[in-house]
Amino acid sequence: MKYIDEYRDKDLVQKLVAQIKKKSKKPISLMEVCGGHTMSIQKFGIPYLLPDTVKLISGPGCPVCVSSNSFIDRAIAYSRLDDVIITTYGDLIRVPGSTSSLDKEKAKGADIRIVYSILDALTIAKSNRGKRVVFLGIGFETTAPGSAAGILKAQMAGLKNFFVFSSHKIMPPAMEALIDEGVKIDGYIAPGHVTTITGTSIYKDIPEKFGLGCVVSGFEPVDLLTAILMLVVQIENNDPKVEIAYKRVVKPEGNVKAQEILYEVFELRDDWWRGLGILPKSGLKIREKYQMHDAEVMVPVEVEPVKEWKGCICGEVLKGLKNPKECKLFGKVCTPANPVGACMVSNEGSCHAYYRYNK
Amino acid sequence: MDKNILLGHGSGGVMTHDLISDLFVKYFHNELLETQTDSAVLQIASNIISFTTDSFVVDPIFFPGGNIGKLAIAGTVNDLAVSGAKPKYLSCGFIIEEGFSIGELEKIVKTMAEEAKKAGVKIVTGDTKVVNRGKCDKVYINTTGVGELSENRKDIGTGVNIEAGDKIIINGSIADHGMSIMASREGLNFSAEIESDCACLNHMIQKALDVSDKIKFMRDATRGGLATVLCELATDRNYGIEINEEDIVVKENVRGICELLGFDPLYVANEGKVVIVVASEDAEEVLEAIRSDEYGKDAAIIGEVTDIHHGRAWLNTGIGGRRIIDMLAGEQLPRIC
Repeated sequence: MKYIDEYRDKDLVQKLVAQIKKKSKKPISLMEVCGGHTMSIQKFGIPYLLPDTVKLISGPGCPVCVSSNSFIDRAIAYSRLDDVIITTYGDLIRVPGSTSSLDKEKAKGADIRIVYSILDALTIAKSNRGKRVVFLGIGFETTAPGSAAGILKAQMAGLKNFFVFSSHKIMPPAMEALIDEGVKIDGYIAPGHVTTITGTSIYKDIPEKFGLGCVVSGFEPVDLLTAILMLVVQIENNDPKVEIAYKRVVKPEGNVKAQEILYEVFELRDDWWRGLGILPKSGLKIREKYQMHDAEVMVPVEVEPVKEWKGCICGEVLKGLKNPKECKLFGKVCTPANPVGACMVSNEGSCHAYYRYNK
Repeated sequence: MDKNILLGHGSGGVMTHDLISDLFVKYFHNELLETQTDSAVLQIASNIISFTTDSFVVDPIFFPGGNIGKLAIAGTVNDLAVSGAKPKYLSCGFIIEEGFSIGELEKIVKTMAEEAKKAGVKIVTGDTKVVNRGKCDKVYINTTGVGELSENRKDIGTGVNIEAGDKIIINGSIADHGMSIMASREGLNFSAEIESDCACLNHMIQKALDVSDKIKFMRDATRGGLATVLCELATDRNYGIEINEEDIVVKENVRGICELLGFDPLYVANEGKVVIVVASEDAEEVLEAIRSDEYGKDAAIIGEVTDIHHGRAWLNTGIGGRRIIDMLAGEQLPRIC
């Protein structure tokens, strides 16, 4: 397949691996921030190719995993309202809330529909004027502009029955918080899709303030290995900086139009992250100007008290402080078929990926 | 005949009789069905039979490469054939939603008759129920099948005789059916249409059995895909399995949609693919026999049974990496970013 096979070329991969082996001297840990990276790394069996000196750890970049139970609980409460249709990306369907999950509510009769894009949710709202359609807005700078565009479209079309429940977050505060908390990493494999939108300026503090390298990577093996090689070279030369190993997609300035739409509709707020707690200015709230499409404002609902699971170490796993295997629940009580922690739910979650590919 | 199914068509009265004779008997006709007795009386050459049942509830009921009727025949014929049996007789039960188009039902029944004829099986008994509108989705079909099995092939279904060194063969590209359904359900046919691989494999399997008596295991890689069959085999028999991604065929358009939605083709359903484990010395001959059949042109040896990492299936990835293949927890769901 064009534009994919080139980046899965075995010879090229082997050359990159040879280079990494040659250049890498001291043992290092690199964190892939993005859940999509975690998936690719496991799917292609990349850890098997790397020398013992290079260890990869998974970061907080799986949006489903870092969302709070209270987000899911509120989504569930919405789904129990008779006149509400929930529209959501597939991954949220199985995420456990305090006492239920969306798929359990669906089985009980709630109208919950999986969509591929917010545009599908708009179509549903158009053809169900008598219902309130709530779109669960989840994800980082990658999916947030889509939600923003959806809200703008709804505004233009006068779709009064369309609401977004935003759990959108932005990436840099979490990357900085991890370093602040003392997570032992030597460099970041920075998220490709997020950076496509934001550009690279969001990472400038990471080498400047924290002395860590930051290489933006794509999702194919050649992309990832190139990023790893660039980080190895940076670390060996003690020359931390922000670089792009995904130039066919990522521009230093990012997608300016998407950034404009994003901040036209959303403003920053303090937000809660699983494992990291409340991070200042890390979440995206719908601006007052667009509050007629903000589910939190327009769709009041009573939500059950939040219960977090005991014994679950998703927080530490997300911070890269612990390996999923160190969790007492991992693989026994908590499995992909019966997830306890959010990291086991999404394909991108570190526990899920670890369970599937390394168990 | 009315254009739509009415509750009366399931009443057991005249309308039911008319539906049976004008539709089911008309297309499925054979001497056993035509007696229209309460049960079919069958003669079987062997004293071991293979016996299986499956229900079909696919949505949409018509898809590129087939329809629910074709699936209902192929699914059961294949379940018999992969057990090493010669499929002989099928039963066929319909649960139909009130209001369903008789024209569409006729298309389905006609396809079933054609498939059964191709596979050389007879539909000898059946049942029709009509349920209120909204109580089922258009039409559900159950087929049950009986096949003749010989003593020397009765362990093919379980694979108890597999050994380290045995080769693993699959008869062509994977994930066609699942992605065809997905694409038609979601309106995702942006490139060349993906056709389901739905087909009766019994003749192809017979060709393989004709050239080797060392076929030790067969299973059709339906729901859960190729990965699930390999995991089941590794766990059940406590051998290691090793397969090579490079040797597994995935069609370009299928790969495209899988990439787009974040699906792993190894876990996507097939309806015309069988995984065969055969003794190494017979592998080439079996491969050739399969390739000589229209449903096995792209057959390949994709891996082997090993004596290491017992109970686990491993994939050597296309780039030279390695990873474990595990069973899927639930449905594959599209990823968000």
